[in-house]
Formats: sequence, C-alpha cells, structure tokens
Amino acid sequence: MKNTKNILLVGVGGQGTILVSKILSTGLVEAGYDVKMSEIHGMAQRGGSVSTQVRYGEKVYSPIIGLGEADILVSFETMETLRWLDHLKPEGIVVINDYEIPSAPILMGKVEYPEGIIEMIQEKAETRVIKAGDIAEEIGNPKVMNVVLLGALVKSMNLMDIDWEEVIKASVKEEFVDMNIKAFRAGVECVAYEEVKS
Amino acid sequence: MKKLMTGNEAIARGAFEAGIHYAAAYPGTPSTEILENIARFKEIIAEWAPNEKVAVESAVGACYAGARTLAAMKHVGLNVAADPFFTMGYTGVNGGMVLISADDPGLHSSQNEQDNRYYAKMAKVAMLEPSNSQECKDMVIKAMEISEKYDVLVMIRMTTRLCHSKSLVEEGERKEVPIKPYVKNQPKYNVSPANAKQLHLVVEKKLDELRKFSNETDLNYIEWNDKKIGVISAGVAYQYAKEVFGENASYFKVGFTFPLPIEKIRKFAQEVETLYVIEELEPFMEEQIKAAGISCIGKERIPITWELNPDIVKRAIFGTENDTIEYDRSLVAGRPPTLCAGCPHRAFYYQLSKKKDTMITGDIGCYTLGGAPPLNAMDTVVCMGASVSMAHGAKKVFEMNNDKKRVVATIGDSTFFHSGMTSLLDVVFNNGNTITCILDNRITAMTGHQDNPGTGYTLQGEDAKIVEIEPIVKALGIKHVRTINPLNQKETKEALDWAYSLDEPSVIISRYPCALKKYTKYDLEEFGPLEGYCYVDQDLCIGCKKCVSTGCPAIHFLKPIKKSSINKVQCVGCELCLQVCPVKAIKVGE
Repeated sequence: MKNTKNILLVGVGGQGTILVSKILSTGLVEAGYDVKMSEIHGMAQRGGSVSTQVRYGEKVYSPIIGLGEADILVSFETMETLRWLDHLKPEGIVVINDYEIPSAPILMGKVEYPEGIIEMIQEKAETRVIKAGDIAEEIGNPKVMNVVLLGALVKSMNLMDIDWEEVIKASVKEEFVDMNIKAFRAGVECVAYEEVKS
Repeated sequence: MKKLMTGNEAIARGAFEAGIHYAAAYPGTPSTEILENIARFKEIIAEWAPNEKVAVESAVGACYAGARTLAAMKHVGLNVAADPFFTMGYTGVNGGMVLISADDPGLHSSQNEQDNRYYAKMAKVAMLEPSNSQECKDMVIKAMEISEKYDVLVMIRMTTRLCHSKSLVEEGERKEVPIKPYVKNQPKYNVSPANAKQLHLVVEKKLDELRKFSNETDLNYIEWNDKKIGVISAGVAYQYAKEVFGENASYFKVGFTFPLPIEKIRKFAQEVETLYVIEELEPFMEEQIKAAGISCIGKERIPITWELNPDIVKRAIFGTENDTIEYDRSLVAGRPPTLCAGCPHRAFYYQLSKKKDTMITGDIGCYTLGGAPPLNAMDTVVCMGASVSMAHGAKKVFEMNNDKKRVVATIGDSTFFHSGMTSLLDVVFNNGNTITCILDNRITAMTGHQDNPGTGYTLQGEDAKIVEIEPIVKALGIKHVRTINPLNQKETKEALDWAYSLDEPSVIISRYPCALKKYTKYDLEEFGPLEGYCYVDQDLCIGCKKCVSTGCPAIHFLKPIKKSSINKVQCVGCELCLQVCPVKAIKVGE
C-alpha cells in the first residue's frame, strides 16, 4: 500500500532492538496508525544477525518489508547495515550506528571486518552516522545506545508529534526512565531539522 | 482500545476468552510463548509437559473429563504427538479441544519445513488458518464452538511469521463455560478395534457435515474487486497477496482450510478469468482444488520452498522487482549464531572435540551449535532424543564391521526428559556400548529459558519436585555414571578418558547452569554466582590462538599485533580460555 511506511531495525542479538521496536510500535498505535511488527526469535538470537520490521499506515497487510521497500534503515551495528541495505528504497534514509561488533569468523581471524563501510553507504544513500555508543557511555550506561538510535529514528521519520517520552516512561523500569529519556533526547539532537523527511 | 499482540499472545488471549480450562505444551520455537502467556491467566490450568505427546495426551484426558482444552507445539512436535492426534480424529471430544501447530516456513529455528496442514487431512481433523493476530484470537473461540458442535478436534495452523509478528487485537471478555459431566462411554473413548471400526464410519459422517459447514461459514469469504484475477489464499500468504494485488484482484480468503469449501471455491472460480492459489510451502489447497476439476495456477509459479513474502509473490506472478541500491554484498562477513560467552556447552565440547576416531551424535537445543566451527564437535542432528538411540545403532554397526570407532551421544537436560530416556533404555537393554553425555544446563535454554522437570519450578514459577538425572540414568540400568563440572577442563578430560576406557555403556552428566540463566536459589546454593572476568596479559600472549579455538565470542584475535584480547563486557569469567592458554597469559581480573 502506498501510504504505508516501513522501518527496518537491524543489529546483533542482544543489542536491544526489541525494546526500541516495542516503544516505537506502542507510540504509533497510540497515534492512531494501523501497525504491524515482525521479528524472529530463537536460534538467530545467539549472537546472530537480527532484524525487526515495523510497518505503519492507514491499513497494513504484510508484516514484513521486502527488498527496496524500507523508508528508513536503522542499523545498530555498522556491518549489519550492509547486510540489509538492499531492503532500503533508493531514496530512503540510513541511520547508522558507528559501532562495530565483530562476528565469529572475524573474531577467529578468518576474515577481516570490512573497512570503509560508512563511506561506501554515504555514497549510496542519504546517511546519518551516529556514535550512539559514545553518547550512551557519556550518559552513563552503554545499554541505552538503543534509545539514542530511537531518538534519531523518530526525528528522521518526522514523528515528533507523538509523546515518546511518555511511552518510554511506560516501557522501562522506573530507575532507568531518566537515563533513557536523556538518551532519547540526545538521539533526537543528532538529526537536524533540515534532515527530517517530509 | 485495540492492543498490539503477537500471534502467540493472541492465541493465549483467545484461550482465555474461549473459557478454556486446561492447556499443555512443550516449548518449541515458534510456539513457546503461547503457553507462557496462557500461564498468566489464573482461570486456566497451564502446564509444561515433558514432551508434545504427553502434552496432547494430558489435554485429551482433560477434554474427555469435560474441560475445554488446548495443546500447543511447533510443527515437528506434532510428529511426536502424532499418535494421540490421529486417534483423537476418531474419538472426537467431550469438552472442546484445539491443537495449535506452529509451522516454520523458512526454517528459522527448525530441522525441516514440513507443512502440517496435511496432518489435518490425514487425521481427519478440522483445521483453521488465521492470517493476523485478531484472527488468531477469534479462531480459538471459533475452534471451541466447532469442536463441541461437530464433536471433533480442531487444529489451528500457525506459522513463524504469524506467531512472532504483532498486529492489533480487540480484547473481549472471558466466557465461562461449565465443565461438562464425564460419562463413561467405551464405544467412543476406548478405541479397541471393534469400537474404532465403528468410529471410522462416524468420522466420515462428521467430515460430510464439516464440508457443508466449510461451504457455508463466513470463515471462508469472498472479497469482490476486479474479476480478471482471482486469488485463493490462506494464512499469512493472504496478507502478502493483498499487498501485491491490492484492489486489482478478487479474493477467496480461506480461514477454514480443512475440509476445504470446494463448492464455494468452484463458484468463485467460474466468475474470475485467471485463478491463482497463493499458499506457503506445499500445494495443500491447490491439489484439492485441481482434483475437483477446477483449473488454477499455483506451484507452477509460487515457490514450494522457504517462506514467502510480497517480493517473492510479485516476482512469481508479475515478473517485476522493486528498485534496490546496488552494492557489493560479498563485503559482508557472515554472522552465524554462536554459543554464548561462558556457555558450559562450549567447555564440554572443547574437550570432546579433541577425541579422535569418534562419531558424535547430537540433538536439538543450543548445544547443536557445538557442531559449528571452530569446535565442529557434532556429526549428526536429526530430531529430539535421536542422539542416544542413533549412537546405539551406529555403534552396533561399527562393531559388526570390526571398526573400533567410539560413538558419543550429546543431549541436553530438557531433551533427555523429552525423549532421551527411552533411547538410553534401548542402549541398556540391547547391550550397547555408547557414551551418552547429558549436557545439563539446568534450564530449557534455546527456546528462552523454560522450566523443565529438573529445575524445581512449574510453568507459573511455583515450586515443583526436582527430578535428578543421575538416579534416572542408574534406574535405567547404566552402571557407569559420572557428574562433572564442564568448566573444570581437567575433570572433563578425565571423565571422557574414563568413559573411553570402559567396554560398557556409560553416562557423563555435564552439569552447570546456562550462562544467561537467572540463577535460582538452588543454582546459587550449588554453583555460587558466576562472577568476574578474564583478561589477556599481552606481554605474555604468544599469539598461538588456542583461546580463539574455543570459539568464545568474547575473545578477539587482533591480527595486526598477533595477540588475543577479551571483551570485558561480554566475558562472564568462566575461565575456559584461562585453562586452555599454554603460557598462562590469561588472568582473572580484579
């Protein structure tokens, strides 16, 4: 359907894509959209490549995003961006976390972590590079990296009308609320107004 | 307000609203969360069973006793439960009964991608196929009505994409249904041959009634649009078809897929010019539609293998593809799943992988990853429990062929309870000579940490009797049993050497909690907390890569300086690498 928007979140098992998709889909439902979200559990989660797909609009049918269909690709890990880039619309946006997690073949020294990924992606698509790891570290907990990326995502998708901070409050444990809101705001600030998709 | 729910959550909600009294399952991706969510409702007795056959049989007992019941499993779980399932097709129900089969097109987490819709046809059981979470919920309620009205078991066929994708669901109230009286009825519930012979006549009559129902029910409906193209579809494939054809086609949405509404389909077919059948995996509907003399296009175009998606359907029907960004995909390194940092299985397989002239039969669970590089310590994986019995058969043949090869079976704790016990009995009874290694990580780990008979807790987290593996093994007749801590490499090596020295069957129980497990009071008492971390003293590291050969994801070999390094955040301090390092370059951090 033409008016359906597609958000693809990719990363490595354990990076917190599930919390982000939960906050994201909750906010979108509260804003009145029809929403479908899809993710795969099980074996892939053991350090494997993971993806979460969120589709929203007036009426959504398929829960999954096909090749060349994503309006935005948010990659929690640098190399994973490249694994999923073929799912992005040629005019779509990439939000890329400058954060490398070497996979098993790289750890074992069998292959090298590919170099120059960010530059290569910048040549191919509209790209925002975010050092969410550093930002999260400054805030005081490397784990809130995911919510930094959420901030950059919703700003990029022009979804700032939704009260995300309320959704975050309802989605995380009380002692982590402040930290996550800080992370969210930092993510929002990473995207300039002229970069917002109309 | 509507709520976002996964298909599994919606099935659980449906069970609650449908007044179900009893539910049982064995965990298996993608079905696991069904019972976990049902367990939240106090109104329902919900239980993890040791395996799917037991789950179905306990549900059948509850159903005959008058309760509304549910059993859930992944597709291959129904193979285990096929025996009671087929006979339920004959006896029918007292209280309503629904069986959820969660198939895995695309093999996201399974050993095959069998299409369980054929089971419904073969067992003569009614079948429903939802296409989103709302339908998952509604169809459990509908299944109960059909089950009790027609006196049949109803199967709901789910798929991974449905189980694990979220869509909006309108919640309703629970409808309390009284438990029906139990009346002894041998001709119905006791399938001795004389009774079963009559029951077969009964079930054929029931199928005639269900065929009539299928042609009348609004579970099977038509959406008229342009009549040049007609699409028959069911399950999540229907959503893909809607995505691809939009309003340029008319749809026959099949929700009740066995028996198929053939007469209604025939009328639909007469109205449209070209008729497509779009279904995931096998041509289940297509075969029956073609057998009824209705011409349609199905698997000539739509792939029979793997999961479908809108792209695949579009390419298959129209030959068109979306524009994509061109780039060199070969730059991307693989990212296969691995055993976690600190996984006790790794420590065990590290020692086992050193054994020469050995066949290692494996089983289903996290530890299946012991077969991946760099450990490569597993030759075979077939199905739950198979490691132990396959090892026995293989060893017998090696002996017959004067081959001295040793055969080692590796099986998890939950898998041992599931179907390894009878296999071990086979080894004892038939004078086998295998080494069975039970990798007891104190939880059903792969599916996301479900309790099992060995953990001391029920599905609801209430206290349960802890069933110990060692006394079971001994009671089955195994004389040589050792329980070891796999993180102690010396102890592990000694146990394997000891087992190899014996000329009789032995069992090694490798007992240590999953590195991701939230320790229970029993775990803390027995193992203490797993704390600390290890680091590499790079002045001492000689770059031999021994630590890397354990496959621990916390260890990274830094090529430019030819030294290892350990990621402190990931490391849990299991100290396997420390024991493996030949120059004591790995140390425990403060």
